[in-house]
Amino acid sequence: MKKQATDSVPAGPKPWYDPRVRSLFFQFIAIALVFWGGWTLVDNTLSNMQSRGISTGFGFLGETSGFGIIMSLVPYDSTMTYGRTFVVGLMNTLLVSAMGIVTATIIGFVVGVARLSSNWLVAKLALVYIEVIRNIPLLLQIFFWYFAVLGSLPSARQSLDVGGTFFLNNRGLYLPGPVTQDGFGLVWGAVIAAIVAVIGLRIWAKERQLATGAIFPTFRVGLAILVVVPVAGYFVAGAPLEWDLPELKGFNFGGGITIIPELAALWIALSLYTASFIAEIVRSGILSVSGGQTEAAKALGLPNGLTLRLVVIPQAMRVIIPPLTSQYLNLAKNSSLATAIGYPDLVAVFMGTTLNQTGQAVEVVAITMAVYLTISLSISLVMNIYNRAVAIKER
Amino acid sequence: MNNTKSIAVGAVMLCGVLAAPFASAATTLESVKEKGHLQCGVTSGLPGFSQPDDKGNWTGIDVDTCRAFAAAIFGDAQAVEFTPLTAKERFTALQSGEIDVLSRNTTWTLTRDASLGLNFTGTNYYDGQGFLINKDIGVNDATELDGATICIQAGTTTELNLSDYFRSKGMEYQPIVFDTSEQTVQGFAAGRCDVLTSDRSQLAALRSKLNDPSSAKILPNTISKEPLGPVVRQGDDQWFNIIKWVLYAQINAEELGVTSDNADDMLKSDNPSIQRLLGTDGDMGAKLGLPDDFGHKVIKQVGNYGEMYDRNVGPDTPLGLDRGVNALWTDGGVLYAPPLR
Repeated sequence: MKKQATDSVPAGPKPWYDPRVRSLFFQFIAIALVFWGGWTLVDNTLSNMQSRGISTGFGFLGETSGFGIIMSLVPYDSTMTYGRTFVVGLMNTLLVSAMGIVTATIIGFVVGVARLSSNWLVAKLALVYIEVIRNIPLLLQIFFWYFAVLGSLPSARQSLDVGGTFFLNNRGLYLPGPVTQDGFGLVWGAVIAAIVAVIGLRIWAKERQLATGAIFPTFRVGLAILVVVPVAGYFVAGAPLEWDLPELKGFNFGGGITIIPELAALWIALSLYTASFIAEIVRSGILSVSGGQTEAAKALGLPNGLTLRLVVIPQAMRVIIPPLTSQYLNLAKNSSLATAIGYPDLVAVFMGTTLNQTGQAVEVVAITMAVYLTISLSISLVMNIYNRAVAIKER
Repeated sequence: MNNTKSIAVGAVMLCGVLAAPFASAATTLESVKEKGHLQCGVTSGLPGFSQPDDKGNWTGIDVDTCRAFAAAIFGDAQAVEFTPLTAKERFTALQSGEIDVLSRNTTWTLTRDASLGLNFTGTNYYDGQGFLINKDIGVNDATELDGATICIQAGTTTELNLSDYFRSKGMEYQPIVFDTSEQTVQGFAAGRCDVLTSDRSQLAALRSKLNDPSSAKILPNTISKEPLGPVVRQGDDQWFNIIKWVLYAQINAEELGVTSDNADDMLKSDNPSIQRLLGTDGDMGAKLGLPDDFGHKVIKQVGNYGEMYDRNVGPDTPLGLDRGVNALWTDGGVLYAPPLR
C-alpha cells in the first residue's frame, strides 16, 4: 500500500487523464479554430473581391481626395489625401462628442437635482423635461433643431447682430476669433503657475486643517488666484491678443470663428437627449443614499452644503458612475447621426464621401468601426479609473 | 469544457455560413429567371428618373429602362421589383448581389468602371452638372459664386466636379453635404445654402419640388460631363451584353421609326434592319440568351428611346427638358447605337 503510493505520486495521472492538460489542449483547439475562422473570412473576402475586380488595400489613404469639407479643425483643402479626410472627420466627431458630454453632464446633474427639489413647480418641470425628451427618438430631435429652429433664423444679410461683434443667422453663429501675438507664451506660463499654486494651496490648507482644525477658504482663494495671475500675466506681456471680427463679405460672413448650424443642432440635440437619461441616473444615485446619512451629518452639525458635498454626493457617485459611463458611450456613438443633417463627422466624411469616391467599403467600414471602438474603450477606461477612485475602499 | 466544445462547433458553423454565399456559380440571367423577376436599383425619388406615383407605381426614364430589360427577358415589362437606394448605398447593393442591375442616374467614370468591380453598359441620358440659385441673390453666372455656400448630395461625382471647378477658377466655397436629394432640397429651401448643385436634369426635377419653383433659377453654366446609364457587376459578360443591347435596341428602334403603336404592323416590314430588331428574321435574341422576339416585346411594351424620353423627361412633362444632346445622331445629338446584326 505504502509502496504503491510513493510510486504513483511522481508519475501522476497520464497526460490525457490530467484535467489541466486536457483543458489546455481544448482551449488551444478553440483558439486555433477562432483564428482559422477569422483568417478564412479575411482571405475569402480578399480573394473574392480580387476575382470581381474590386480594389483592395489601404493605398487609397494616400490618394488625393478632391472634395471639400465645410468644417475642419486641422488645415484641409481638396488637394489633400483621403488620409487627411479621415483625420478631419475624426476630429469633428471627437469635438461634438466632447462638447456633448460636458453639456449633457451639466444639464443632467441640474435637472436630476431639480427633479428631487421640494419646490413643486421645479420638480414637475424637470419631470416633464425628462419624460418628453427621452421618449422622442434622437434623430427626430436632431431634425427638429436643424430644420425647425435653425431654419427659421434670418438670412446672412439680415443677421441678428450684437454690438457688431457677434452675428447669428441661418449660416451659423459668428464669434470674434482670438489671434495670439508674440509674447502670448507668458500668459500660458502664468496659467500653469496659477494651477500649480492652487494645488499647493490645497495641500497646505488640508494639512493645516488636520493639524489645527482651522478651515481655510480654499475654493474662494484658489479661484481668485486662477483669475488674477493669468490676467496679470496678460497685461505684463503687453496684452498680446487681438480679435478677428467677423464681417459680411459677398455671400457670407468671413473671419472670426463660425459655429455652423449643423454642429449647433447636433450638439443641442445630443446634450438635451443624453441629459434626460443622466438626470434619472443622478436622481437614482442621490436617492440611494439613505436618509440616515443626512440625519447623522446634521447631528454632527454639518451645514447643508457640506452635507451634500462631503456625505451625500461621494456616496451617490458610486451608484452614478457606472450607468453614466454607458450614457457617455451612447452619446459618442449617437454622434454618428450627424450624417443626416450634413455635419461632417467621421461617418459622413469618411464612411460617406470617401467610401463612395474610392469604393473601398470593406476597408473604410473596418477603419470606422475600429475608431468608434477605440473612442468607446477610451471613455470606458477613463470612467473606470474614476470609478475605482470613488468606489468603497474595502480594507 | 462543454463551453469550449460549443465554441469550437460554433466557429466551424460560422465559417461554413460565411463561405457559402461565395460558392454559388449560377449566371445572373439564370438566377433572374429562377426568381421570376428582375431586381432593379433606383433612386428613392427623383421626378422624371425614378419615382413612385400616388398609386405606388414606379415611373421615370431609369424605371422604364429596367422595364425594358424585364420585357426582353420575361416578355413582361411588369416583372421588375425596385429597390430604392441612396447614392452612397448603390454600388454596395450591386456588388453584393442585392440587385441585378443598377439604373439610378449613375455617372460613368473611369474610377468607378475600373475599381468597383462594375461595368457601365451604356448611356440612357447625357447630363452635365449645373447650379440652382435663388433669384433674389442676383447672380447670373457661376463665375460670380466666389464664397457661396453650396448644398450637395453625398456620394456623387458632383462633389468632385464642384471642387475642381472652384479650384480652377480660384474661388472659395462651403459645401453642405446631405444624404438624400430630398434633404438637399430641404436645406436649400430653408436658406442654409445659396446654391444647390447637381446634374442639370435633376435641378429641373428638384426645382419642381420647391414651394415656389419660380423663385429659383438654373444658371447657364454646365461644369461637367455626366453620362448616366445602367450598371452591372463585372464577370458576367452575357448579362453585360443583354443590358447593353436592350438599350441599343430601343435607340435603333427610334432610328428605324418603330414605336409601341406600330410595333405589331412593323412585324410585316420587309426592311431587314427592322426584321432583325423585331426578331422576324435572324437569331439576334438567341445570341444574347434571350427570345428572338425580345426587340418586339421591348418596343411594344415600353417603347423606343424617344418615347421613353418624351414620356418621362421630355418637353411635355413637368421637367420640360429638350432632347438637346440626347437626340439621335441623325438629328444632331450623340445617341448612336451600334447596328443590330
